Amino acid sequence: MLKTRVIKAAIAALASATVLLSAQSFAEATKVAFVYVGPTGDAGWTYAHDKGRQYVEEQFGDKVETTYVESVAEGADSERVIRQLAKSGHDLIFTTSFGYMNPTLKVAKAFPKVAFEHASGYKQSKNVGTYFDRAYEGRYLTGVVAGKMTKSNVLGYVGSFPIPEVIRGINAFTRGAQSVNPDIKVKVVWVSSWYDPGKEREAAETMILQGADVITQHTDSPGPINAAEAKGAYAIGYNSDMAEYGKTAHLTATVHNWGPLYASKVKAVMDGTWKAEDVWGGFADDALILAPFNDAVPQDVRDYVNAQKAAIVDGSLHPFAGPVTAQDGTVKVAEGEVMSDGDMLGFSWYVDGVDGALPK
Amino acid sequence: MDIDLIANIIFATIRTGTPLLIVALGELVCEKSGVLNLGQEGMMLMGAVVGFIAAFHSDSITVGFICAMLAGISMSLIFGFITMNLNANQVASGLALTIFGTGLSGFIGLAYVGKALDGVEAIVIPGLGSIPFLGTAFFSHDIIVYLSVFMCIFVYYFFKNTRAGLIVKAVGESPESAQAIGLSVLSVRYMAIMFGGAMAGMAGAYLSLVYTPLWADNMTAGRGWIALALVVFASWRVERVLLGAYLFGAASIVNLILQGYNVSISPNLLATLPYVATILVLVALSSNQAKVKMFAPVSLGKPFHRSN
Repeated sequence: MLKTRVIKAAIAALASATVLLSAQSFAEATKVAFVYVGPTGDAGWTYAHDKGRQYVEEQFGDKVETTYVESVAEGADSERVIRQLAKSGHDLIFTTSFGYMNPTLKVAKAFPKVAFEHASGYKQSKNVGTYFDRAYEGRYLTGVVAGKMTKSNVLGYVGSFPIPEVIRGINAFTRGAQSVNPDIKVKVVWVSSWYDPGKEREAAETMILQGADVITQHTDSPGPINAAEAKGAYAIGYNSDMAEYGKTAHLTATVHNWGPLYASKVKAVMDGTWKAEDVWGGFADDALILAPFNDAVPQDVRDYVNAQKAAIVDGSLHPFAGPVTAQDGTVKVAEGEVMSDGDMLGFSWYVDGVDGALPK
Repeated sequence: MDIDLIANIIFATIRTGTPLLIVALGELVCEKSGVLNLGQEGMMLMGAVVGFIAAFHSDSITVGFICAMLAGISMSLIFGFITMNLNANQVASGLALTIFGTGLSGFIGLAYVGKALDGVEAIVIPGLGSIPFLGTAFFSHDIIVYLSVFMCIFVYYFFKNTRAGLIVKAVGESPESAQAIGLSVLSVRYMAIMFGGAMAGMAGAYLSLVYTPLWADNMTAGRGWIALALVVFASWRVERVLLGAYLFGAASIVNLILQGYNVSISPNLLATLPYVATILVLVALSSNQAKVKMFAPVSLGKPFHRSN
């Protein structure tokens, strides 16, 4: 489409402009670049990454210099942007979307002295590390909150696309809710988009009409929170604290907390100790946090959730500890066992308690 | 499926169709005058962000809407100046306007990401609103929904029964003849473009003030483009724009509702419904070339030189 092409050209121009700017700066500071898939103003995924970048700036002050390029399309365009950033003397480059995986690896090969960190991918190389947060831990805990707060025992989940990352979240949320309320059912409506506030809102409203009284989401806008606020239901946010959008509806949220991870990577590059590895950080690593509870959440629920969180941190609780039963009744993880990271990364089935079939 | 749910589906359909209806009406008037403005998405976004900022600081939704319409008009004036005074290509200028609006709205809205507004209360029409079923489906909307329907009636009447409407059509069909009989083609087109801008701004503000009361980058998510298709879909007829907007609304809602009932059709497939509908109508329309020519304003997209 012509529109996309023109926008891409504009992005490329913007990218080179940014790079030119940073190329003029002083050499002593460690230069860190971020590539974002969305605009920093999306109030969601990219917004959370940019908070991480700001955290790095606060932590290191003059010793670091950060650059970011936003709204970079996945695929060939991202390769050009990443290459420009590598060429212009950046020491560490964070590429923050799944689709940047191959472009990052390709550019990294040509720039062996530059360190690359790719979010949510599974391929590493000598100078490409990968990182992600165990958002499912937050999903499990928010599921506990939902299970405690629901009256109808129907929970609604606004999904983007049925990929393992999203399915993992749905399953963790369902198991969390079931752990305190075995009767709950989780409805899922897919909007086939990561970001469309209007559509996300309609999806949430649809589920509220069909009996759901706590809504959560794996999409990037606060649209579902708006719906819950307007319809008198509860909502649980994702990506960032969305309390502002639902003063009475928003119970809590799973919030990515990239700052500490980014700071530790930057520090490692400064110290010369950086090496490519795969980091999958959870509550134990401060890679994610729960947003403050709404006043509507009673003290005993808060205490219980905090205790569960402590158990996750010390390792005594795992959201996918056996028995884990799939929708069709097959036991996927036997009692006494814990699901492996590899299996969690490849989720392609719903756990028991999710209502409806997973789209093929 | 109980009756309440059906009423709620109709309600949601109308609400989803409303922003499309507003933009499409504006673009319809603009195209009737012979100007194709592809900048709808950019003007909507500017309306959304300016409306949000104005409402945020003034605590008044009305102020928000007025400022949004002014923002839409300002954007449309840029387009008007470039295409009519400088005689630039309308398609390219419209695309540029969209890119410009997308970027600028993101830039000025950055400080307002994460802020929220209260939104607009629905107005339940006394009497009518308490009719079972019909009340829920049709008479408990927010004011903009009613206003958009009135605008439809107004535009319909304008083209059907007023001299001014005839002038706009004349300018769109044959600007040379219009000029020959002493009409100012440029001022008529400027008025039409500004009307389009105001409507786009209003539709943007509907999204950021009523539909989802928040500002986030690129929040129109392509609705400006759908509205452009809608005008063609409606073959430049007001009543069909109304029908088409609600049809698009229904197509995007049905997808979500069916999923809630565990109907096992791929959601990706269902999400294509509105676009499939557009393609089908376009195919049906273009199967008869004469018909397309009959409906489309003859001089649509052609620049007009006063010296001709």
